[in-house]
Amino acid sequence: MDVKDIIKEENLVYSKSKVLTDTIMHYCPGCTHGVVHKVIAEVIEELGIQDKTIGVSPVGCAVFAYNYLDIDWQEAAHGRAPALATAINRLYPDKYVFTYQGDGDLASIGTAEIIHACNRGENIVVIFINNGIYGMTGGQMAPTTLIDMPTSTTPYGRKVDLNGYPLKITDLVAQLPGTCFVTRHSAHTPAAVRKLKKAVTKAFQNTRRKKGVSFIEVVSTCNSGWKLSPVESNNWMVEHMFPYYPLGDMKDE
Amino acid sequence: MAKIRGAIVVDVERCKGCSLCVVACPSSVIALAKEVNGKGYNYAYMVNPDACTGCVNCAIVCPDTVISVYKVKADAVA
Repeated sequence: MDVKDIIKEENLVYSKSKVLTDTIMHYCPGCTHGVVHKVIAEVIEELGIQDKTIGVSPVGCAVFAYNYLDIDWQEAAHGRAPALATAINRLYPDKYVFTYQGDGDLASIGTAEIIHACNRGENIVVIFINNGIYGMTGGQMAPTTLIDMPTSTTPYGRKVDLNGYPLKITDLVAQLPGTCFVTRHSAHTPAAVRKLKKAVTKAFQNTRRKKGVSFIEVVSTCNSGWKLSPVESNNWMVEHMFPYYPLGDMKDE
Repeated sequence: MAKIRGAIVVDVERCKGCSLCVVACPSSVIALAKEVNGKGYNYAYMVNPDACTGCVNCAIVCPDTVISVYKVKADAVA
């Protein structure tokens, strides 16, 4: 059978979600942001909530997320996405509200906002991209940077006596009574992406149960910041990130 | 010949040549082309189309969603 006989409209099993726009993403080749955008778009399409979903985009590499998903968006000040999402959710309780934040946004400048939004138990979804580095500004050390991991501001590696310990913010919010679903995923293999999609679906459904924040951390790569190829970055992540940031559900109520 | 046949279509101009699909493919169907697209990236293409089963793994890990997957039962059309 020729390839031309296979490539027909009726045989199509996978194509770009309609929720994703045709804009070419500005992310570096192999960036995990693209995969997570795609997963969110597919979940929104499958749940049929495109006109009821409001996203809050962060400051960081994902600042242009509003160009890529064809839903309503609002752009928050640096780290303030959970506060803005609180306001949107209280004004429009029938909408599905989610924030999309990186580790520089959520775990550093926005620590107060995320801790208090989680403690208040707002009915929002938080997608947290953790790549252990400030990707957008040139690969500086982030709160989540691993010990001995080289960055542009810690060229000899992060040292505990000078820079402290990597922050496990997901473990912190799992302790708070306002969260109902706290989980850590990755998006480096097809199986991992499928699991992530199930978790995102569950998180969006949780907002209807009014039980509190659904928090999904995605352990990600930053191949430009890590100075590795996309495939090598994934291998580095499995070898170094996963022992410190183990995957799995921390809380599911 | 495999009973289930698949094929992928890569949106060449959107592909950034990250090669995540190359390692995700269980049948070694995909490789990066020697030629480059308009942005200078070596885009992905089917180097071994006969082995494709349409498992969708490449499309799932593609960060830029440039891959469409087609799948057909070989005996149904042949």
